[in-house]
Amino acid sequence: MTPLPQDQSVEPIPVSALLEKVDALRKQGYRLVQISATRLPDGLELTYSFALEGRLAQFRLHLPDDNPRVPSISSIYWCAFLYENEMHDLFGLAVEGMAVDFKGTFYNTAIKFPFGSTKAPVAKPATTTATSASSAPAPTPPPGSTTATAT
Amino acid sequence: MPRTIIPFGPQHPVLPEPVHLDLVVEDEKVLEARPSIGFIHRGLEKLVEKKDYVEFVYIAERICGICSFIHGQTYCQAIETIMNVAVPPRALYLRTIWGELSRIHSHLLWLGLMADAMGFESLFMHSWRVRERVLKIIERTTGGRVIFGTCKIGGVRRDISGDALKQMLADLKQIEKDARDITRVFLNDSSVKDRLCGVGVLPRQEAYDLGCVGPMLRASGVVQDMRQLGYAAFKDLDFAPITRTDGDSYARCAVRCEELFQSMDIIRQAAMKIPEGEIAVKVAGNPNGEVLTRTEQPRGEVAYCLKANGSKNLQRFRVRTPTFANLPAMLKLLPGCELADVPVLVLTIDPCISCTER
Repeated sequence: MTPLPQDQSVEPIPVSALLEKVDALRKQGYRLVQISATRLPDGLELTYSFALEGRLAQFRLHLPDDNPRVPSISSIYWCAFLYENEMHDLFGLAVEGMAVDFKGTFYNTAIKFPFGSTKAPVAKPATTTATSASSAPAPTPPPGSTTATAT
Repeated sequence: MPRTIIPFGPQHPVLPEPVHLDLVVEDEKVLEARPSIGFIHRGLEKLVEKKDYVEFVYIAERICGICSFIHGQTYCQAIETIMNVAVPPRALYLRTIWGELSRIHSHLLWLGLMADAMGFESLFMHSWRVRERVLKIIERTTGGRVIFGTCKIGGVRRDISGDALKQMLADLKQIEKDARDITRVFLNDSSVKDRLCGVGVLPRQEAYDLGCVGPMLRASGVVQDMRQLGYAAFKDLDFAPITRTDGDSYARCAVRCEELFQSMDIIRQAAMKIPEGEIAVKVAGNPNGEVLTRTEQPRGEVAYCLKANGSKNLQRFRVRTPTFANLPAMLKLLPGCELADVPVLVLTIDPCISCTER
């Protein structure tokens, strides 16, 4: 069997170019592999990885420590909402326009933003950690889904 | 009939691990599913700041109790790529054999759980009876049943002797015979077909767009298997990804059934071709660099992103597990299904919450 090639290069891009770059990859048929955040001494580093067969395409954003925010790519890759909610809950990153926004309830962690945020991690109030899924704020329904009314 | 919200989980008979769904139903029809996960998030990725990169193999193996070996293997591969370590060929073959044994026991576990969810208890017990034999091979060759502990950076800790390999192949022959009997029921029994055929159809393009991986994706007709990247000994072995085109629960079951025999074939090939020689090399220094490594776990592609800065602790360790990638598809499959099909559809992605809540 002939192994597929793998290019590990990562292209740094500004936040303003993210949606355009991601949209271009989507049109070429790439799929989203993962989005990861890394806490750096001077900010936050995001890596977006896409793949088409054996080929990899990776972008990198560097966000300053002061109020980091990034646009959601879930309008292009719907499944990105999971990665984006995770980055919000673990790193305190504000992601604007997520297709499904859990509003900080994606992970029930004992402390807020445990992977480091611009603010020091703080213990969540006891009521927050004990919040059940049914009483938690309902996430935004996926596009096209029916709006439900509880009885 | 007014709409009602029915909670599904986090504790539910078909769920070995906690995940919660608010199911919005009208009569018996599911209109919407709102998920809640994160009940047991362990923050293992954060532990990389406390454990050095050599010790961390043990943590990686404990991300999951089913695909633990491949987690350890993927972590080692990532570090070896950063540090340019040439792993001895025999170690690569041994990793391949243990990885495929993991796949067999994981698929048999899933088949048993699916039979249990359908109420086919005797099929569940037969599936796990056969799985037990695979676990015995694993125990004999690694010393462990759940956590193998054989993978290390630079190779493996244990070898498999020629006699043990022969015994393994003889055992596999009997396992294959029994597995054929079981899969014949899964693929031909009318009650199984009634529960799986046409349930949760995921078209090819939608499966790809949703970022599905593993049997979930291949059952919709997409030829994608990370073993094609040629890691470990796969570059020397013949195999082709198993696919189906129907994209329903039956197709996903069929892919997993066929992959059982594919893995047995890969083990036989590896046992025939395994070279003599060392099983590990010494690794000195600390890693400096970053890598994205992908391998094929039983549930699909796992992606490891590692970033190192030359110290003994990694700067970042990030795992994207196959279940995490398959969750969006599960949310798309549920609206429109019957309430009684929800357990089947949840199980059809082979969810591993332990992996997801790493």
